[in-house]
Amino acid sequence: MADSYYDPADLRKFGNITEWSEELGTKFFDYYGKVFEEGALSAREKSLIALAVAHVVKCPYCIDVYTKDGLQKGITKEEMMEAVHAGAAIESGATLVHGVQMMNKYKKLSM
Amino acid sequence: MATKSLKARHEALVMDNKQMEILNGGIFENGELPYFKDKIAQTGQFPLRPKKLEILQINVGYMCNQVCEHCHVDAGPDRKEIMTRETMEMCLEVIRNTAAHTLDLTGGAPEMNPDFRWFVEEAAKAGIKDFIVRSNLTIIRANKKYYDLPQFFKKHNIHVISSMPHYTRGKTDRQRGEGVFDLSITALQELNAVGYGMPDSSLRLDLVYNPSGAFLPGDQVAMERDFKKALKEDFGINFHNLFSITNLPIARFLDYLIASGNYEDYMYSLVEAYNPSAVANVMCTNTISVSWDGWLYDCDFNQMLGLKVASKIKHIKDYNEDILNDRNIIISQHCYGCTAGAGSSCQGSVT
Repeated sequence: MADSYYDPADLRKFGNITEWSEELGTKFFDYYGKVFEEGALSAREKSLIALAVAHVVKCPYCIDVYTKDGLQKGITKEEMMEAVHAGAAIESGATLVHGVQMMNKYKKLSM
Repeated sequence: MATKSLKARHEALVMDNKQMEILNGGIFENGELPYFKDKIAQTGQFPLRPKKLEILQINVGYMCNQVCEHCHVDAGPDRKEIMTRETMEMCLEVIRNTAAHTLDLTGGAPEMNPDFRWFVEEAAKAGIKDFIVRSNLTIIRANKKYYDLPQFFKKHNIHVISSMPHYTRGKTDRQRGEGVFDLSITALQELNAVGYGMPDSSLRLDLVYNPSGAFLPGDQVAMERDFKKALKEDFGINFHNLFSITNLPIARFLDYLIASGNYEDYMYSLVEAYNPSAVANVMCTNTISVSWDGWLYDCDFNQMLGLKVASKIKHIKDYNEDILNDRNIIISQHCYGCTAGAGSSCQGSVT
């Protein structure tokens, strides 16, 4: 067993999840591939969304993959950092909007 | 940023040709990744054989005004390998009689060969359909004696193909050196000014994009769209097509991959992106590469690895297209670079 939870070499083995559930694994990878094709959104835009989400869900594998994918698509580091901030802003906003709940509760409980 | 070639720095990688040892060993030798030969054998494409010869690519010398980080030629101002007029005469003889429809001059910076203009003038007389010069753009601004190159190219109806790693200054200069971006922009504007790259112009100006780092090029069509929009909006520049080329693990790019700890991951990326349908159209199947000293190779990459054609005809002085075309193409693990994704060649994607 590895002595850490995340090993960069495991990323190369992602496809192996299909071995223990071929139907679901195959369906997932087909779906995944389809999602990132050019559509109403360009593959470039989707890559930036994926990069932002990768940070929000704090997936080190996804961060590696979508940083590289961004480079391959000619996305600049400024664009990548703005995407990360967009994700961070939503994440911190999601925390802070709960402040309203705290305020409501505070007011209700206070005389 | 390096200012000298690996050769001038006496790096063992190129001096003792350790490159083949690296490309054949490690992750390939221990079976983690398949040898290229075995990979193409799965689809019955081994041995790789030439089709009809279409492109004669002549490397007129390794001297260059730039020392790009990714250069597979290991070109630079200190390289002394320059094609002589005598060898050019032999090439002209072949150019006059070849069935190939494209002549492709490369380097180094081909313009730095002292006999470059004479050679172009003579070769243009042979009436080749597509006559390409691979110009790095900055050479046009490097010295007064090169300022009239756009006019010279126009006079001989040269198809200009130029490298432009990105439409932003930072990325371009990191790969190619400080100031390269601004000089390239000026050179492109000068080429536009004489008619090169303009919509509907017969003076062809294409750009070559290759990644500035350990990653593969993206989709050629999407990259072309981004390049066209940015260069037009920011600098008023027009060009025809963008060719995206994968960096092959040879010379300075291999040195970079190893030094930055990216070699294994990069080879994994190439093998994962392997596309069997690209194999049928790899450029070695329709190209012959001639070195500055007249030796013949399957491609410019094999030239840099010192892998001469597997034919009894090995030198331009003995050139015989029929005999030469009846050969097996020499392959190794660097060939994964030309079969990744949409494939890669000096003319961009191959699928």
